Amino acid sequence: MSEYFHSVRLTPERCKGCVNCIKRCPTEAIRIRGGKARITEARCIDCGECIRRCVNRAKTAVTDSLGDLKNYEYNVALPAPSLYSQFSADVPANVVLCGLMQLGFDEVFEVALGAEIVSDATVEYLKRPEAKKPAISSACPAVVRLVQVKFPELIDNLIPLEAPVEVAARLVRGIRCRELGIAPEAIGVWFITPCPAKMTAVKQPLGAEKSSVTGAIGISQIYGDLLKAVAAVPRDANCQRATARGVGWALSGGETAAATAANSLVVDEIHNVSEVLEQVALGKIKVDFIEALACSGGCIGGPLMVENRFVAEHRMQQRLARMRAEDEAHGAAPAKYHSDSSLTEYDRTIEPRPIMRLDEDIFRAMYKVEQMEKTLKKLPGLDCGSCGSPNCKALAEDIVQGEAVETDCIFKLRERVRDLAQEMVGLAAKLPPSLEEREES
Amino acid sequence: MNPEQGIVLDYALKGGDFDTAGEASSKIKRILQQIGVRSDVIRRIAISSYEAEMNVIIHAYSGVLKASIYPDRTELVVEDEGPGIADIDLAMQEGYSTAPDHIREMGFGAGMGLPNMARCSDEFSINSVAGEGTKIKILIRHS
Ligand code: SF4
Ligand code: SF4
Repeated sequence: MSEYFHSVRLTPERCKGCVNCIKRCPTEAIRIRGGKARITEARCIDCGECIRRCVNRAKTAVTDSLGDLKNYEYNVALPAPSLYSQFSADVPANVVLCGLMQLGFDEVFEVALGAEIVSDATVEYLKRPEAKKPAISSACPAVVRLVQVKFPELIDNLIPLEAPVEVAARLVRGIRCRELGIAPEAIGVWFITPCPAKMTAVKQPLGAEKSSVTGAIGISQIYGDLLKAVAAVPRDANCQRATARGVGWALSGGETAAATAANSLVVDEIHNVSEVLEQVALGKIKVDFIEALACSGGCIGGPLMVENRFVAEHRMQQRLARMRAEDEAHGAAPAKYHSDSSLTEYDRTIEPRPIMRLDEDIFRAMYKVEQMEKTLKKLPGLDCGSCGSPNCKALAEDIVQGEAVETDCIFKLRERVRDLAQEMVGLAAKLPPSLEEREES
Repeated sequence: MNPEQGIVLDYALKGGDFDTAGEASSKIKRILQQIGVRSDVIRRIAISSYEAEMNVIIHAYSGVLKASIYPDRTELVVEDEGPGIADIDLAMQEGYSTAPDHIREMGFGAGMGLPNMARCSDEFSINSVAGEGTKIKILIRHS
């Protein structure tokens, strides 16, 4: 077992060694070696960008499956708010939820409710004088991991609150243990997830010692079954609890709106997030709150979604407009758990995971930097990726680390071949004449 | 490696060239990360070099940013040809800026450059001759 669990994996039989994924990975975690992609685990943040980019479908996310439910006495589904975006706004939320029940769960409990609780806790957190500004939301696990590996200097800016799914899991697990009188281990709590990052967060939690979530099941994995189940649900069924405020978290900007953070900045898509954090590290961004999401458009753009991201966004907007009107008509009261701070408490510090350092020993690291700069000057600077490293700089780094050689660069190889060929021609000219040539003369 | 042998990086800067603004400092930052300097120290160096770089781009005609990285410290020297600073004490006050309005509207030149550099560094010195240019020296220790 390696040090890090990762949901994102490679299916080697499908990988053709094209360079689509290595060029887009935000942490330069992928290399092509021996004709196949290879992920450096310490660098991977499970953002799922490579899943989107792989035309051969060789990158996949490992999640749990419905078959795992049989190992538990009582099973709860925790649907992400973004699940609703996969359905037309005409399908009411409670119908989607009841459809989910039909897949073998004993109960559904919306993560959106957890999101409401986290929103309240965020409002409180931002008021605290010791809160480091700009406070960065820690709801998206891919962003938290990006901070760990690329921006360790910003770790203290991450808001020390659990993500909505963890809060929802703690809440429902606690309630059911008490009410049903079954052991916590006998309850399966399953996140219906839009992304591999959340799967990884469950298996290797960022804050909490042990996650209250048992496992995660990808939305794309159950989508077919869910569609059929939804069609058969009686329309008057009801298992809905959350309001538009929590469900709105599915879209980029939803968290900010729910936390009523005034001086805030919203950024989505992992490369954009990286650029913004670069500026935050330089002290250039003077805001109180930053909502940062790895996926374009927010969780509705998650790698395990089925619907096109823009279609999903449109549907979600429509649904939210209707929900807001209903919430207003019902005078939706905030749920009673909202002030329970043990639900949102972080109980472990987030450690930096610096990946850039070339050597434990500073002198050797400096030596390597010099070698790298020299090597880089000799490379063509085309960043073509044909060598299997994402760009010339990364190849130079791989060379000094002994993981690649200069002739992995096809242009360098061509030069070498040309030089060798010229040498051969030169040598051929120096050969003594052959026997036939001698006879002719 | 001899501890007094450092890595020397030189970057030519051009006044008004906002296209490449910030590139030199992000290269310096990457190298410090590769060497394994502590992240809070890197942050101070990155802020100083960024502010220094931007000062040249906003105020001067041209300049050079030189970073010398040693195992225990980083030294930054920025020298520019430009209008110079008439009153250094005044320029060192937070909020004081001579940046023209169109630059400020872009969010630059809030008058934090020099005070920021001074705050981030362990040693800081500045020399300026009006009408000729400015030279700033910054030293930041790694521990
Ligand atoms: S999941 Fe993201 S970080 Fe991991 S290898 Fe793929 S693109 Fe890179
Ligand atoms: S934005 Fe949402 S779906 Fe995408 S990685 Fe983050 S939590 Fe997952």
